[in-house]
Amino acid sequence: MSVPATGRRGPRARRPRRAWLGWLFALPAVVMYATFVLRPLLLTVQYSFYEWNGIGASTWVGLDNYGRLFTDSELFASILHAFELILFFSLVPVLLGLFVAATIRGIAQSRLATVARTVLFLPQVIPLVAAGIMWSWLLSTTGLANELLSAVGLDSVTRAWLGDFDTALPAVGIIGAWVLVGLCTLLLLAGMSKIDPALYEAARLDGAGPVREFFSITLPSLRQEIGVCVTVTVIAALASFDIVYIATQGGPGNSTMVPGLEIYYLAFSEREVGMASALAVALVVLVLLVVLPLQRLTRDGSR
Amino acid sequence: MAHRLVRRPLRTALAVSAVLAAAACSAPGSNSETTGAGASAAPVANATCGTDPITLKGYFETGFPLPKDLSTEFSKQFPNVKWDIREDQFAVITQNAPRVLADDPPDLMRLPQVSELVKDDLLKNLDGYATAFGWDKWPASQLQQMRVGPTGERGDGPLYAMGLNFSMTGVFYNKKLAAQVGMTKPPETLAEFDSVLQKAKDAGLTPINQFNGGATGGLAFPLQNLMAAYGEPGAINDWIFQKSGATIDTPANLQAAEHLAKWIKAGYFAPDINSQDYAAMMSRFIGGKNLFIFDGDWESGNLDKQMAGNAGFFLMPSAQAGGKQAAMSAPLTFGIGSKAKNADCAAFFLNWVATNQQARDIAVKVGGSHPMGPADAYMPPVQEGTVTASTLAAGATIGEDNGAMDFIANATGAIYAKGWTPNLQKMVAGQQTPDGLLKAVQKDYESQVKK
Repeated sequence: MSVPATGRRGPRARRPRRAWLGWLFALPAVVMYATFVLRPLLLTVQYSFYEWNGIGASTWVGLDNYGRLFTDSELFASILHAFELILFFSLVPVLLGLFVAATIRGIAQSRLATVARTVLFLPQVIPLVAAGIMWSWLLSTTGLANELLSAVGLDSVTRAWLGDFDTALPAVGIIGAWVLVGLCTLLLLAGMSKIDPALYEAARLDGAGPVREFFSITLPSLRQEIGVCVTVTVIAALASFDIVYIATQGGPGNSTMVPGLEIYYLAFSEREVGMASALAVALVVLVLLVVLPLQRLTRDGSR
Repeated sequence: MAHRLVRRPLRTALAVSAVLAAAACSAPGSNSETTGAGASAAPVANATCGTDPITLKGYFETGFPLPKDLSTEFSKQFPNVKWDIREDQFAVITQNAPRVLADDPPDLMRLPQVSELVKDDLLKNLDGYATAFGWDKWPASQLQQMRVGPTGERGDGPLYAMGLNFSMTGVFYNKKLAAQVGMTKPPETLAEFDSVLQKAKDAGLTPINQFNGGATGGLAFPLQNLMAAYGEPGAINDWIFQKSGATIDTPANLQAAEHLAKWIKAGYFAPDINSQDYAAMMSRFIGGKNLFIFDGDWESGNLDKQMAGNAGFFLMPSAQAGGKQAAMSAPLTFGIGSKAKNADCAAFFLNWVATNQQARDIAVKVGGSHPMGPADAYMPPVQEGTVTASTLAAGATIGEDNGAMDFIANATGAIYAKGWTPNLQKMVAGQQTPDGLLKAVQKDYESQVKK
């Protein structure tokens, strides 16, 4: 970005005034951002150094709350659960999204493509709470999932999917995957439409099949879009709250407890605002630690 | 590009820490002024709603029509009183209570566990009203759970809340299914109860449906009933009231937890209780899908309507024949914010609920539970053979046996969601032992009471 300022070299004195004017325009947004994003963020950091029940007097405890993050097995387990959710929230939607987008592109001319796009994107439009309730019905003992299994003679597999220690977390993951597949598909489709058709033509002349085309042209060209998908979905997995809260509330027996939910319980049920804030700060750091390298990975290649 | 990305957060971080340092943040929460507990203990001579227009601010629980019906009737009798009512689910009220009472105190509020709220000076000391209205002459057990001492121990000390009625819990059963397995009268010992459960199981019925999913471990109901069948309700109350040195990990409670584990193992509970919520349990029981549920008389009116003639109720039998019976029985607690504007009128309302004939009628008909008030007060007539009749009668038995207990889920604000629920769910899945359950809950309890 080293554009020489040819022909724009006006009197220097004007610059600060223009900058000042610019800030004036941005002022409403800046005030909102500072009040509703920066201030809570800073307060959270501050609270994390105290033991406080949200009402009474508070005690400075330094880094004690952070120390507990690593010694309390329940808190640590919730972080591990969040990483397990990445499998369902990121890997599945991105892989499935790639497959579906490639398929839809193949039938781009037919009306079916429009229908498929709409249907797949629908979960993004439905409020997550409604989606959670609907899925908890589908996955209940008498729900559709179990009826389908019974219908094909798999009675022995049926169970309360959200109430079983082994299946609750994957079941929650599947709800998340269902929500996020549409988003990924749409992003990837948009990316595919930017690929120069000449590349495909050239590949075909060289005798490449559809599989080869996919791996040699489509996939590398989609690097940035995949990066965006992975970033958005990884954040959704690590910071998940609503789906879990609606579907299982962290149960059975903490088997679906995630940091977002744990923060909420700590702050509003156990009234440990300090500890909750510490976990929240740790979660922000964790998300940044995971997402920043991802960003680098996908951007570097595109240069 | 990469460099810029990295550099920007760095700069932001610097700015952020500068702001933090500049603000030199004072400790949170320290500026809240204290009103001083026990400040209003002198008798309040003239607590009425007056004659001028007045609007009482209420914060009630969604799904339970009793408070609203009472408030409507109250406005009919005292037309100068209007209501501004906000409703939420109980779980939401529990989480909001401290903040709401501190920032926007309602005149009348449905309360969760009170000891933490009292410690934070958020509730009005009602002793003055109690003396003025004569509440102190009612059976002491009615108010015991709402008395809080200076350390947060309950059971003794100033009165900080009042009940709209007091509930009774026990075992509800489906009469048709009971006849089908040969249960002609309620079991009189635990062993008899066990054999009915086994017969139901053998007959291919689901013996018990009990909510135990999400954050609501409903197995705490049968567990506490079993605890009282094996041990003394007094010891359990001491634990709930946070008496110093009290423990839940006692030999009698271990027997109870082992008995519950035996029921789980024998398949007396529906296999999916870990995903069953309260509404699912009720709809299955009302739909005739199972023989028993452990629940409270707040459902009596509902069951009399939806299962007319087909629902029965009995108190949990004792381990020995003729042994004393006990039950969870708690007032439907309402409190007045320490900074409430219309405290006198709210207290007058609470007294009216316990003493007015129409109000007592509503308390029984709509609430299904026994009204508060003097032992010899007016009781509305109840039809023989209804669930409401049997739950009200059970109240008398519990009174004689001195067997009223608060609920083990109410020992601290978080013990239910974080202690009982996950551990009971684990026990259902075979991942927790009875002994481990009690030890884990006791550990949570100690860390929560300490604060």
